[in-house]
Amino acid sequence: MAERELKKKQATERTAEVVDEVPATSATGDKLKAELDDLLDEIDEVLEDNAEEFVRNYVQKGGE
Amino acid sequence: MAIPKVCGIETEYGIQVVNGDPNPIAASSVLINAYAQDVARQRVAWDFEDESPGNDARGQSREGSMPPMIETHLVNTVLTNGARFYVDHAHPEYSSPECRDALEAVRYDRAGEEIVIRSMEAADLAVHDGSHLVVYKNNSDGKGNSYGCHENYLMDRETPFSRVIHGITPHFVTRQLFCGAGKVGSETAFHEPRSVEFQLSQRAEFFEEEVGLETTLKRPIVNTRDEPHADPSRYRRLHVIVGDANMAEVATFLKLGTTSLVLAMIEDDVSGSRSLALADPVRAIHAVAVDRTLTQPLLMADGSTATALAIQWELYSLARKYADDRGLECLGAEEIGTSVLDRWEYVLNGLETDPMSLARQVDWVAKLQLLEAYSDRHGCGWGDPRMTAIDLQYHDLRPSRSLFARMDTERMVDVDSVQAAVTDPPRDTRAWFRGECLKRWPESVATANWDSLVFDLGSDPLRRVPMMDPLKGTAEHVEALLDSCAGPADLLERLSS
Repeated sequence: MAERELKKKQATERTAEVVDEVPATSATGDKLKAELDDLLDEIDEVLEDNAEEFVRNYVQKGGE
Repeated sequence: MAIPKVCGIETEYGIQVVNGDPNPIAASSVLINAYAQDVARQRVAWDFEDESPGNDARGQSREGSMPPMIETHLVNTVLTNGARFYVDHAHPEYSSPECRDALEAVRYDRAGEEIVIRSMEAADLAVHDGSHLVVYKNNSDGKGNSYGCHENYLMDRETPFSRVIHGITPHFVTRQLFCGAGKVGSETAFHEPRSVEFQLSQRAEFFEEEVGLETTLKRPIVNTRDEPHADPSRYRRLHVIVGDANMAEVATFLKLGTTSLVLAMIEDDVSGSRSLALADPVRAIHAVAVDRTLTQPLLMADGSTATALAIQWELYSLARKYADDRGLECLGAEEIGTSVLDRWEYVLNGLETDPMSLARQVDWVAKLQLLEAYSDRHGCGWGDPRMTAIDLQYHDLRPSRSLFARMDTERMVDVDSVQAAVTDPPRDTRAWFRGECLKRWPESVATANWDSLVFDLGSDPLRRVPMMDPLKGTAEHVEALLDSCAGPADLLERLSS
């Protein structure tokens, strides 16, 4: 168990270096939120009009 | 030494007819015919000579097992990229060509999506009656009906199958942490109705057995179909039915890459000091799927407990050590093995520290992020049909409607190489020979399947060219030969001399 903890720790440190290249500042957080907002606007446009009917009608036969 | 992990992905797509005859078999046939006739403009049929899906890797066919029926009357074509595109039961299915590594498998999986998109467009033009076909790359209809996305891996026949079962089961139960496609709600008797908001995996709850031959009833975590489509004295093909169809390229890459790596360790009989055997793998696969906190302890066979994430860390650590000790040549070029390990580590770290940070790599996270944001904006709960509609439409392959296509997920293969893979076979497996012969001499290839090509030169008898080794018939082996042949007759003469 101790060995695994150790490896996990090493692994975490290694990835931390990668994360440093793209610092998670509040600016990037705001950008992400803005992107998600744009995406939601788009989804409101393309989502099937009658969700209930669309979901009900989606019936498949089992496969494989 | 572990043998090269040649691999491929078979995807059964969901199909829906809008404003027309809802028969899915007819719709699937229209879709594939439209592609074969109007887009690919060629038609070479599949050859069923060597199909034997009833053979069981554990030995004789088991009593009570139900091997799948082979339907020969349905539309069935072979494409110049080496893939098979056909109607399987009531679904269109694309079986990718044999790929030498996980990244190539991602490319040919994406090529399959592109082929389906072109098929939908061609079918809409062909029918003229206001109906249109919509294809979904998912695995269930949310009403208890599931269809598969199967993987295949080349394995050494010498490896005892019992070791494969023992070694791969912990991975199959827990890899859904990063290759689950996500699903709203539940649809089987394993869960109380309306008790589950969201699952990591589309498929997990459909698995009822640990090991078996079936694919449609009592689905087993480890499928024992023993149909190598290659020299059976040297090879096995591990047929994997437990996975979800992935939209995210990183998820597909890791699904194939980590599984290839764990299988290589099984071939080389590498295991850690701690047994990863689960007390009840079926119960565990269901439990992992509904645990969004990723903290649920699973009961191990030795009486201890471990989370799915801890099991994945253990497998990853073993794999890292295995790579250091022996190299990862079996996964392909050096950068493929390195990339599998680095990305595996990256997603495990993400899952441990902040799962939602993986929205660009992992499907269930991408879908959950979308659902939560939508729910926040519109104030709708998990039972709202709009949530299920988002789940379905995430997998809609029409560029005009696909929700996945609107998300900024990480790409691993560039668009041009995917376009090329629609028509060109992979260069480093026998798929190259199959695809190139179809491309160069379509009128002379009578039928094709995974391990042979049948030529019709207009005179009796038909000539079968066996391809019993997936690693022969590559561009490196036969490109010069094909280039120097005046035609198929010339090729057959030189192959037999």
